[in-house]
Amino acid sequence: MVLRLLKYGLSRGYPVTGDLPPTPDLRASYDVVIVGGGGHGLACAHHLAKYHGIRSVAVLEKGWLAGGNTARNTTTIRSNYMTMQSIAFYKEAVALYEGMSEELDFNVMFSQRGQLTLAHSEATLRAFHLRAETGRHMGIGIEVIGPDEVRARVPELNMDRGGALEIIGGLWHPDGGTARHDAVAWGYAREASRRGVEIHQRTAVTGFGVTGDRVTQVQTDRGVINAGAVLIACGGMNYDMALRAGVDLPIRCFPLQAMVTEPVKPWLHTLVSSVSLHTYLVQSSRGEVVIGGGSDPYQLYSTRSTLDLKEHLAEGAVHLFPFLRGLKVLRQWAGITDMTPDYSPIMGASPLDNLWLDCGWGTWGFKATPVAGKRMAECIATGRVPEVLAPFALSRFARFDLVNEMGATAASH
Amino acid sequence: MKLLTCPLNGPRNIDEFQYLGPLRPDLAEGAADADWAAHLFRAENRPGPMVEWWRHTPSNTVFLAERHTLTDTILRTWLPGAKP
Repeated sequence: MVLRLLKYGLSRGYPVTGDLPPTPDLRASYDVVIVGGGGHGLACAHHLAKYHGIRSVAVLEKGWLAGGNTARNTTTIRSNYMTMQSIAFYKEAVALYEGMSEELDFNVMFSQRGQLTLAHSEATLRAFHLRAETGRHMGIGIEVIGPDEVRARVPELNMDRGGALEIIGGLWHPDGGTARHDAVAWGYAREASRRGVEIHQRTAVTGFGVTGDRVTQVQTDRGVINAGAVLIACGGMNYDMALRAGVDLPIRCFPLQAMVTEPVKPWLHTLVSSVSLHTYLVQSSRGEVVIGGGSDPYQLYSTRSTLDLKEHLAEGAVHLFPFLRGLKVLRQWAGITDMTPDYSPIMGASPLDNLWLDCGWGTWGFKATPVAGKRMAECIATGRVPEVLAPFALSRFARFDLVNEMGATAASH
Repeated sequence: MKLLTCPLNGPRNIDEFQYLGPLRPDLAEGAADADWAAHLFRAENRPGPMVEWWRHTPSNTVFLAERHTLTDTILRTWLPGAKP
């Protein structure tokens, strides 16, 4: 890597290559059709092509590459979840992010700066102790820290001593970090298309032809194609897409809103979340303060912001860091989150033999991109669900065997 | 601020209301486990018009609304038992 960089930097030509070929014509059939050209679908395509030798793959994207929730998340990567099943899964995701730039030969700007979740009450602190013990048992970096260490890590924080939102401790997760979300998708897209995967942008899936227990046809606005296997990985439209194949998922869609401020000099060196304020902040490498965590209070298929949610985010951010008061908001947006009853994803098999699900990613999808891609590719290539995915099966709801992660996030629900 | 029409109090700011989720079909007496699971975990989520429960918090009025989940247009509201 270092030598290559040096050679590139010293070369006279700075070779510039296009990363993606233009959208080709649709062929009559593919071994695998992936619905959704976001991080998850592209990661799956990459793993199918590179590790399983399956190159007859079409990734179908209704809009533009990675323009959905891949572009709308707040780039958080972490593994400090509540249950052992989730921690095992997200731990693998963090490990894959650590090696991603090398794996894809594409700088995804992974920055492992650590995540700090704030406790404003004894109840939260007790939950943190449980999360820290579970996390340590599963071998991730995590500890409960007192207010002095919180202050030492983020000196600019308003500790609100004696106030209603006094910071009495925190959950420190050094494994946490961020990556540039667009780069993650582009890196996977480039590697996959190099190996023959076709990426079809502006191609909407309108329905499926189902014969018996199999999906045989994928109907698109550019024609009908035959598919050996189909993966549904289209974020906010997962419910709608699965229903077109006759699969009724336990998902409800809510917009999640976020925004970034104008860039300022780097001062925030960790990710900071407040469970009580439903606000989390991180400073991007450009210096913008990314603020997220506001879910709309009712079901909606919309990517528009509302003033009250933006006010809520600003209020939380300004409470934690009062000097942000004068900063201008540079951009604001929403993404459609596909929420499940237990705040965990739905991955693996569906009631149809060759239809695979990578759904229910709600507000926690970006951090899982590499591991979901890797493991879903394994499902499709071998026809078997790996053990790490078993807890997240769609069938868990019928068995009342939920994986409750409601408390593992600072997003408002 | 978006307005929602409470059947008792007329149009009010939507932050005076609590969302209680989509209308669910009643569960038959002696339902099987699978029906229970569907009843608890499945909910209406199709893009389009949807009937859902709301509560006007200050007056504790629980009522039904029909709202379009793509356009966020509130089509009508009515009290349970009343004719919409």
